[in-house]
Amino acid sequence: MYFDFERLDSILSHHRPAPESLIAILEDVQDEFRFLPEEALVLIGSRIDVPASRVFSVATFYNAFSLIPKGKHVVSVCLGTACHVRGAGDILDHLRKRTNADSSGTTDDLLFTIEDVRCLGCCSIAPVLKVDDEVYGHTSSDKALTTLERYRTQEGGNA
Amino acid sequence: MKIRSVEDLIAARERGLATLYPRKVKISVGMASCGVASGSRAVMKALQEETKKAGLDAFIFPVGCIGSCHMEPLVDIALPGKPRVTYANVTSKMATDIARSIVSRDVRKNWLYLRTEEDENPVDGTRMCIHSGGITGASSPYHALDFSDVPLFESIPFFKKQKRIVLRNCGIISPDSIDEYVARGGYFTLFKVLNELTPDKVIQEVKTSGLRGRGGAGFPTGLKWQFTRQAAGDVKYIICNADEGDPGAYMDRSVLEGDPHSVLEGMTIGAFAVGANEGYIYVRAEYPLAIETLNQAIKQAEAYGLLGENILGSGFSFKVRLSKGAGAFVCGEETALMASIEGRVGEPRPRPPFPAQSGLWGKPTNINNVETWANVPVILSRGGEWYAGLGTEKSKGTKVFSLVGKIERSGLIEVPMGISLREIIYDIGGGIPDGREFKAVQTGGPSGGCLPESLIDLPVDYERLTEAGAIMGSGGMVIMDDKVCMVDIARYFLTFTAAESCGKCTPCRIGTYVMNEVLGRICEGQGREGDIEYLESLAGTIKALSLCGLGQTAPNPVLTTLRYFRHEYESHIRDKKCPAGVCRRKFTAEEITRMKEEAARKKAALKQAGASETGRTPEKTATKPKGKSSVPGSRKEPTR
Repeated sequence: MYFDFERLDSILSHHRPAPESLIAILEDVQDEFRFLPEEALVLIGSRIDVPASRVFSVATFYNAFSLIPKGKHVVSVCLGTACHVRGAGDILDHLRKRTNADSSGTTDDLLFTIEDVRCLGCCSIAPVLKVDDEVYGHTSSDKALTTLERYRTQEGGNA
Repeated sequence: MKIRSVEDLIAARERGLATLYPRKVKISVGMASCGVASGSRAVMKALQEETKKAGLDAFIFPVGCIGSCHMEPLVDIALPGKPRVTYANVTSKMATDIARSIVSRDVRKNWLYLRTEEDENPVDGTRMCIHSGGITGASSPYHALDFSDVPLFESIPFFKKQKRIVLRNCGIISPDSIDEYVARGGYFTLFKVLNELTPDKVIQEVKTSGLRGRGGAGFPTGLKWQFTRQAAGDVKYIICNADEGDPGAYMDRSVLEGDPHSVLEGMTIGAFAVGANEGYIYVRAEYPLAIETLNQAIKQAEAYGLLGENILGSGFSFKVRLSKGAGAFVCGEETALMASIEGRVGEPRPRPPFPAQSGLWGKPTNINNVETWANVPVILSRGGEWYAGLGTEKSKGTKVFSLVGKIERSGLIEVPMGISLREIIYDIGGGIPDGREFKAVQTGGPSGGCLPESLIDLPVDYERLTEAGAIMGSGGMVIMDDKVCMVDIARYFLTFTAAESCGKCTPCRIGTYVMNEVLGRICEGQGREGDIEYLESLAGTIKALSLCGLGQTAPNPVLTTLRYFRHEYESHIRDKKCPAGVCRRKFTAEEITRMKEEAARKKAALKQAGASETGRTPEKTATKPKGKSSVPGSRKEPTR
């Protein structure tokens, strides 16, 4: 069992059971479970009258969705143009390397998923890093790593 | 409480004025995303704690962004009878000191960035005096404070050449307060439109104004409205495109976070004009604060009866829903956006039929961008002719740009169309930091292009930018200095478009992939003769054959850099050098083998030489390999 059906039910009850609710439902499921369990996708499709094939096509089209579990904290390194010209690419490489993240950007302990994002719209304080909903401006490879270490310490793990 | 008459609206305005220009101390903190990211939450907390501790009776409000993001966090203080003064780059420690200084009436003037005596209000053309709380002269407890030597808002280089219409309320009102929006003339225009004008008259006024779509393509807004109005069908939709996907652009985010009601009012006027009763705002998921602010604004407007059934007692009904994106750049394209609202994969479809004929759920639909909608109330209030008096012959009004990258004063600016790039970059932006040289300005994001120094006097309008190979785009303006490699920038954008191509049509899906691959090998020092011509031919095919705007404009960054910075490509291909020192050379397996053999040969030769000479070990005379690695080429080496 990957997930709790009751939690899924509660999400579904907050949306109109109509095909146009699909993306909004998937967003809530992604927030709740940190990924989209395949069983959930089939169930959602049957509830809102959308074929499973279309649910999967939507789930794999948008960047916000993931079929494999993401880390507890989603770390987004902004690769917008302003951040790019200020060296954001190196920050992303540095973080992934130093945290031993796998090819999907997730660390072994499932604490972090380090991914890139195309512009958070905070270009004037580039380069920018976002951890969950918290944005950190004027960052650097070292500062970014320190930020992550702070999260890890809060979780009680070793930096 | 519903607003039904102009008297109700005036009552709301009075409530708004009481907090906008209060009779007591008011502290405003810039709490848009950029302010928050710079630490304004801690500043807010420090201010609240300190004023509470000192027992100071003060309003403390969050406001949106006034645009000078490079100075965030910004804190405004309005003392009774005094102009509003602004502190820049405030830390929480400074905030505590600021609060204390208000209590002790000994304000720290050396920290002040600017003062504002009057707020201009483009909606009705008036200027509102900051100390209109009614307290003047000696009746103010702060009478002794003199701010006359603090630079005036209008005299600050960053603001001097700006003309703020879309950003009229950003940083002035609290985005949480609908009353403050009304106090700035908001919703009075809607009242006038619903009671005095016909839909045709509204469309005529927008046509006269010359307003063109601010999302980038620049289609005349009035004409678009007319098409939707004339389309057959009872059910019609209005959409606000807030899927601001261009990297380096954040105008829409700022408007939604700082002045959400301007967009709602504009949409309602548009809905009345085209005959729609339902509207959607499609916001990208990366803007959580904008979504929160909008949701709240929609609830407030509904509570006031400014959205919903029988608006202002006119019999006209309009309902707005918010639809959240899920991270797909292509959804900024109108047909893809509508597919996404319908809960489907965001793939564009061929046009015609245009949305005005067959849009959302096959119904006539009118889509405009956030900035376009925010202009609408001002146009209807001041008249199309007034608006047409601003800007150039074919590009009317103002445009908001996000001025970012290698620039001294980065931020959000609103300037009249026709202003030169030089004025934007040097007069407003303060030039290039760290004594570096200006190299290029990138406009229009992944669909736009890079313009060189030789075009710095180009007036900024739709036509001139297009002629130069770039586009107006949504308004991102990224400044680049001599340490930025133009080939790398072209590659950056193609990596972006290749990743964001939805994959529906082949020229875009395969074409951008191949262009990206060719640019990649050029950057890595593996470029071949003929690559430039190959890129040009691919670009032509992709532009001509792609289904939607994403593909049709994707080659622009390559084409403009080839047009203005061809020598950089040649240098990468022929000399294997990156003039800006950005690109790292990657060696092929054969090159590494060859280098290893070369190194072994040298070593052997040295050994022989060492054997014939005494007292010197071969190791010491051996050429030191570059870097820490003993095998040349086993790591990436800079190309110079």
